[in-house]
This record gives sequence, structure tokens and C-alpha cells, in this order.
Amino acid sequence: MKVGVVTFPGSLDDVDAQRAVRIGGNEAVALWHGDADLQGVDAVVLPGGFSYGDYLRCGAISRFSPVMGEVVAAAGAGLPVLGICNGFQILCESHLLPGALIRNDHRKFACRDQRLRIEDTTTAWTSSYVAGSEVTVVLKNGEGAFVADEATLDQIEAEGRVVARYLGGNPNGSLRDIAGVRNEAGNVVGLMPHPEHAVETLTGPGTDGLGFFTSLAVWAGVAERTFA
Amino acid sequence: MTDPAAPAVPPASTTAAAPEATSAHPAVNLDTVVRAAGDPDREQPWADLGLKTDEYDRIREILGRRPTSSELAMYSVMWSEHCSYKSSKVHLKQFSEIPQETRAGKMLAGIGENAGVIDIGQGYAVTFKVESHNHPSYVEPHQGAATGIGGIVRDILAMGARPVAVMDPLRFGPLDAPDTHRVLPGIVEGVGHYGNCLGLPNIGGEAVFDPTYLGNPLVNALCVGVLRHEDLHLAKASGVGNQVILYGARTGGDGIGGVSVLASETFDADGPAKRPSVQVGDPFMEKLLIECTLELFAAGVVAGIQDLGGAGLSCATSELASAGDGGMHVDLEKVLLRDSTLAPEEILMSESQERMMAVVEPDDVAAFLAICAKWEVEATVVGEVTDTGRLEIDWHGERVVDVPPRSVAHDGPTYERPFARPDWQDALQADGAEALPRPAGGDELRATLLRLVASPNLADKSWITDQYDRYVRGNTVLAQPADSGMVRVDEETHLGVAVSTDCNGRFAKLDPYAGAQLALVESYRNVATGGAVPMAISDCLNFGSPEDPAVMWQFAEACRGLKDACIELEIPVTGGNVSLYNQTGETAILPTPVVAVLGVIEDVRRRTPSGFEAAGETVVLLGETREELSGSEWAHVVHGHLGGRPPVVDLAAEKALGALLVDLVGVATSAHDLSDGGLAQALAETTFHRGVGVSVGLDAVHADPFVALFAESAARVLVTVPAEGVNELLARATAYGVPVAAIGRTGGDAIVVDGQFEIAVDEARTAWAATLPAALG
Repeated sequence: MKVGVVTFPGSLDDVDAQRAVRIGGNEAVALWHGDADLQGVDAVVLPGGFSYGDYLRCGAISRFSPVMGEVVAAAGAGLPVLGICNGFQILCESHLLPGALIRNDHRKFACRDQRLRIEDTTTAWTSSYVAGSEVTVVLKNGEGAFVADEATLDQIEAEGRVVARYLGGNPNGSLRDIAGVRNEAGNVVGLMPHPEHAVETLTGPGTDGLGFFTSLAVWAGVAERTFA
Repeated sequence: MTDPAAPAVPPASTTAAAPEATSAHPAVNLDTVVRAAGDPDREQPWADLGLKTDEYDRIREILGRRPTSSELAMYSVMWSEHCSYKSSKVHLKQFSEIPQETRAGKMLAGIGENAGVIDIGQGYAVTFKVESHNHPSYVEPHQGAATGIGGIVRDILAMGARPVAVMDPLRFGPLDAPDTHRVLPGIVEGVGHYGNCLGLPNIGGEAVFDPTYLGNPLVNALCVGVLRHEDLHLAKASGVGNQVILYGARTGGDGIGGVSVLASETFDADGPAKRPSVQVGDPFMEKLLIECTLELFAAGVVAGIQDLGGAGLSCATSELASAGDGGMHVDLEKVLLRDSTLAPEEILMSESQERMMAVVEPDDVAAFLAICAKWEVEATVVGEVTDTGRLEIDWHGERVVDVPPRSVAHDGPTYERPFARPDWQDALQADGAEALPRPAGGDELRATLLRLVASPNLADKSWITDQYDRYVRGNTVLAQPADSGMVRVDEETHLGVAVSTDCNGRFAKLDPYAGAQLALVESYRNVATGGAVPMAISDCLNFGSPEDPAVMWQFAEACRGLKDACIELEIPVTGGNVSLYNQTGETAILPTPVVAVLGVIEDVRRRTPSGFEAAGETVVLLGETREELSGSEWAHVVHGHLGGRPPVVDLAAEKALGALLVDLVGVATSAHDLSDGGLAQALAETTFHRGVGVSVGLDAVHADPFVALFAESAARVLVTVPAEGVNELLARATAYGVPVAAIGRTGGDAIVVDGQFEIAVDEARTAWAATLPAALG
């Protein structure tokens, strides 16, 4: 499948996301924030970074970029979209996902290897996993605390829309240990940790993150689950 | 992340001059060249700008008149200690006696360029450099440290390279000192925020605590960049008619006088009053500048390039012009400003960050500006290359600068500062730590290990390093706490580079010649333990006041030590940085010649890890352990003692050990350098790696178990090998002439020292991990 990776001014993990897309068996297509054109891709990744320096609320400027108009429209029509870290923040700012990401409760940037439990395997990005799988990926953020009002939290829990939860200690103060959520349809997923940094044993804590990039084919019904 | 000190909004417009933002009107009472000629006796504030009497007289002699105020500004910043190396260059020049080639051949660019460039094979080259940002980081820790990262990254970028990793050797006062709690969190946050925002992995560094750094922390920053040979760019303005383009951030009032005031004068009690001289960084702009500049290189529209760092436009214009073949004319009012009230002198001295200056052929200007527009980076043609041989700068049509560019950039004063071995050096060396009371028996040795492992210099540094992104770009193969940082350069061929920075300032205090060499060999060893071949060094020489003959002697000895060691080890100095005046009142810092060694590894998949990977393997100690305790971490922590002679330097042994370690790639399953804290600390760190315990005997190490565990003899490495590989390892070590002893076996969940004591790995790790969080929160 063709997976577009958007580069915003200040995107940092775009090359990493492209590499993960390729290792996951897909074709990576570079998309530019200023072009209102998705180049016919089958899915889109919004990568990590500090778009526009995060000087305003994280993601608040990027959501107005020309490419995001296309992403929002296509997501509404079912296009798989994965937002990682800054990408998650942009999806929340774009109202494709509920809640918001605020400064870590301990007020410091945190980079570490993080255990997660994959809670929902119905999405376009987690279909490779078995529900309840425990994986280790990279976590690195300064504003990664997921927050929403109680009613919203209750609703997304009731609808099974918590995609991943932190294990072994909450690294940033996220409510209910939430590391990732999805939209109602399951095609849009936001994730604070970085699975794209866990696709090669040489350069990451392992290959547990690869499932996020092999799931598209499973979700589309053209491949089997690969991660237990 | 939100940073309240950074600009709140990215630049809105894209290219070319926005007239209302430049200075719209000529200054009243503009000091022009014409006026200077007609008004020769006017009083000038040369002393306030840091110039000495003879230096001011020299400027008058060069120009044949008094300088204009703009010229005075330029000379004062460019002739400052920080920019001109006036106290250090008589000693630095001996580095050119070292053959300017590595194992891979001639250096592609050497000392004098923004950063040295070496060939690493397969058509790749690497550039790396370590620099200081000490004084600004004391005044304003966050911004001082952040802009240190920004400056070194632009140096690397200006060579045509993509920056791929950073490291940060840091030194602070005692961990429990109140001012350390002001300085350290801010510096770490500054390094982290700036580097993280740039998307550069931080792959290592140092954090050292000593009372001498209390009023003068050291913030050194290293950057590594990778380029193809054909992408090499140099800082020169050639080709008459070529256009001079200033691009990046606008010029503001920040950092005015930072170079001359901050970097070249010792702090007095009223230090923080100098706050306005520190620059404010905008890492987002720097990230755009990196991507924009790399695209400009790729498009072939850059004829020459220079970053703007210390001394800002004064430095960039004079250095570009003097390295070229003609002159340069600049219309200073075209410079885009953040503050339209700035005078020409201030614009020339401003150290606003995130700016670059490029020399561009006229036909390429449109393409250049278009690429800048794509990245939303402001760019303006401010001048052109001329054939006058002069650097001429106009302000609204009136000439305010007319100088020979070389006289500003390179003909600054050279001082033959007096230096003398201090009279206290003999007494210091006579007071050896070998005479101090030692722990005896297993219980005391066990307690000593636990105390040392938890001491600030040896304790876990992840409170600091967890604030740095070590994963971004996806090529980090090794990072702190490994012996060296290692990044993959090519995903297809698996070529990579490794870097380590080291220095034990206590050793350098005891003997600056040997201490500098010990810094070099430790760094050399750390690169080799990972399996990389050491290729070249960069150094950051942090010392006290050059006006103190004792300090100047330390500096001279350290330079001589480095030169001799480089010749023996056959590795060149590619460049570096000198930071003087690191002292508070009469108290100089420990002499701190930080040495960074860069090595090359053909296949990063075969790198040797720094800790125990599996149980049941044989533990082998390479090298000889002597009764060397002076300057050790034990003497420092347990006795608060500094005296005696540092460990013996044996360059031939280091060279043989380094070659052996590279040859052991694929044979050894781990390799870890023995340095601060000796064998005891190495055993602790190697077990922490994966929680695999170890059992060792000390008989083959040294007759005295205490010496075996805590001596800090150089040229030693701990390696592991599976049972079937032991004979091969012993044979190779013997062939290289490296002393070798099998001392134990990995396994279990404790550190067991036969006949002495046992410590659960978890207990030791808990003590090791607790220190920084307990102190810093």
C-alpha cells in the first residue's frame, strides 16, 4: 500500500516514519504540508516533531495547513490516518480525535523505552496485534499527557476506543494511562509513543512497533496477523 | 513544548526585504569614514569594548586614522579572546606539526575551517567539532546551553554536512550546592529543548561535578555531520559580482557584546547583571535553516557559506572576504531587523542566532530565494563580492566601514603570555593518595563500592539523558550509558561512526601534560571498545585566566601533551575550541581539556556492546593494574583529596589495546573501558546493562584487593567472551602484546568478588540510580 508521510515545518520523525512504513512492507510517499494533495495514497502518517516549534499550543498551527484540509476530508471518508506524538496533537487540534495533550505532569521532556498494552486491535493501525499484547516502544515527549473531561473519557472507554495504555508507570500524567485513542470508525488513531523507533533491533528497543506498520494490510484483509 | 523565552510566532513573510522592518532612517551623528578622518582625536570607548591600549593603537596604525565606531565594534569583537585565540594560538599552532591525515588518507578540511572534515570511505566524509558555551550558561543556563548547541550545529552545517548527532560534555559545582540546582536543570533543559527540537539524537556526553566549577560551569557541545565528498563547502567569498545573501532569523539586540564582554572577562561577584548579553535561541528556526540550507546545497546554488555565531556579521563578512580573492561590499541597512532602532555598530556586533550568510552567483539568486521561500526562511541580498580587496560597509549610502578584511579576521594580536610551572605543583604531586587510609576486608570494600557507585560522578545520569531524544533519525546504534555514541551513516552498507568525549580534570591538575593525554586515551579507548577504529580528534580546552602564568603553563602543557599523543597514536586534531577565563575570582577551574575522538566502523551491526549480554561467559581483563590512586574517584569521594601523580600514560599500550579491541569485533560479546572508579565501577556498570551478574577473583588483577578494585590505571578494558572463544581471545591479546587475565564468569544476579563480598545487582543499581533524582527532584 502507498502510505503518505506529511512533513510540516519542524517535523522531525518524518524520515523515521518513512523507514518504518517501508520496513512494514508498504511504499512511503513524502507529502508536503503546503500542498493540498494526498497524491492518491492509501493511508497517511502524521509524524512526530515540533511543528512550528510548538510555540503556540502543539499542533494548533499545523491543523490549518493546506494538506490537513485534505487529510480531514479523506479521514471522514475512511482513509487510515495515524498521528504519532506531534501528529496525535495535530489530530486532536483537528477534532479528528477527542481530548488534548498537555505538558507532562513532571514538567520535563521524557525519553525512554516504554511498555504498552495494545487494547484495541480493530483499527487500521493495530490489526496486526492480538488484543492485550504487551509491547515495548520508544516514548519521547514534553507535552504528552492525554486529558479529556470525565464524560468523554467514560465514553471512549465504553466504546473501546482506547487503543493503547501505558504499563510499568505512567510517564507523563495521562489520564487513565491512555497512550493512544481512535475515532469511532477506527481508521484514525493517535498515539503518543513512537512505534516507528521500534522497528529494528539495531536502532531501537526491539521490533514491537512494527505491527503499527504491518496492520494496514491485515485491516484491508490482504494479510494475516503477525504479532501475538 | 512551550518555551516562554522563545519568540512566540514563526516568521510570516517569506523572502526579500520588507522595507519597514529594516532601519528606515540614517542615524543622527553617524560616525562615517569621512568623519573619522576629519575628527582624529575623538575619545572612543575602546576600553569598555575590551580592547587594550596597544590593540587600539594597532587598529589606528592599520587604518591610518582612528576607526569609525562601526569599525571599532568589529575589531573589538573579532580581536576578543574568544574569536582571535590571541592567548592560545602560539600553543595551538603545534597541532599543525601532527600529520594532517588519518588512516583513510588526507583530511578533506582541517584546522581553520568551521570544522575539520575527514574521509570515512564509500564516498562519505564526516565533520565533527566540540565547542564551549560556558559563560553564557552560567548567566542564563537555559538559553546559554541552548545556543551552544545551535552554534555548533551551524558550524557543521556550514561545511555542507547534514548534522546527525550531538553530545554534551557538562561540568557543574557540587551536586548538593544550591547554585548547581539553579544551573544544572536549566542547562539540561536548554541542551534538551534545542537539540530535541532540531531532531538530532543526543548520543552521549559527560556530567562531572567538582567544586571548582561552582561559579563557572562548563557547557561543551559537540556535533557530528555527514556529507558526500562532493558536497564539501567552504567559507569564502570569491567571484567578483557574486551576491552576498543573509538568511535565517532577523537581527536583533540580543548578544550584543556577548563575545567581548562575556567570553573574555572573568566573572565578578555581580555576574548576573550581564544578562542582556546572552542570546536567545529559536530551535524551530534552526531546524528550518538546516533543511533549507541542505536543499540549497543540493540545488548547487551556494558558492560559499559561513554561519553567524560569535561576533555575528563582523565575523561572517570579514572571514568570508578574507578567505576569498577580492573584497566585499555590504549595504548594512538591508539587513532585516527585529528592532528597527538598532545602530550600525549594534547590527555588526549582534549575536542573534539562527543566521547564515551565503555567497551566490547572480544567476542563482532567484533559485536561492525560492528555496528559502519554500522553507519560510527570510533571505535578503545585502551585498556583493568586489575586486577592491577591502571590506566596505555602507549605511544608507554613507561608508561606515572600510578595512582590509584580513586585518579584522586574522591579524588580531598574538600574545606570548608568560607561563610558569606553579610553585605549588611539587607539593601537590608529593601528596599522593596512595598514602591515604584504605578500606580493609570484604565488608569495607563492599561499602566502598556502594558509596562510590552512588557518588555524583559515577552515579546514573539518566535524570539528565532521559531529557534528550536519543532515537530521532533512527540511526542510533549506541548511546549513553554506552562507552561511545554510535550512529549508522548508511542503511545499505551499514557504515557508521562512533564518538566519545572524555576528560578527568583532576588528573590534568596533577599533571596537565599527562592529564590531557589521559583524556585523549580514554576517549580513544571508548571508541575502540565499541569496535570502531579511532580516526581523529576535536578538543575543547577549558582553562582559567591566561593572565595567570600558572594557568598558562597548564594550557601549554596540555597542548604539548595532546600533540605528542596524537603523533604517537597517528590521529590528527581536526579543530576545536579554546575557552579561557573560566574562573571565579582567583580560583581557576580544574584544567579541563575535553577530548572527543571519532572512529569509523565498517558494519555497525557488528559493534561490541558495553555491558554483559548473557550468563556463562568468561570475563577477561585486558591491561595492567598498578597501584594508582592519586586523582581517583575514591580519593575524591572518600577523602576529598587531590594530590600525587596521575596514572601512567603508556601510548604504545593504548595503541595496541585499541587495535586489539577492533580485532575482537565478533569475538568479544561485550567490552567496557575501565576509568573513573576502576574495576569496581566497571563491574557495576556491566551488570546494570541487562541485569546479568558476575563472579570474579582479584588475584590475577593485583595483590591488594583494594587496588584491584579501585585503582584507575589507564589502558584497561573488561571484555567477555563465550567459553569457546576464550583461547582465541587469549591468543589475540598475546599477539598484540596486551596483558590479559581471565578473572571470572558472568551469571547470577549479584556482583560476587571471591573471598571478599557479594552485592545483589539490584541493590547496587538502586544506589546508583537514586543519587541524581534525590538531589534534583
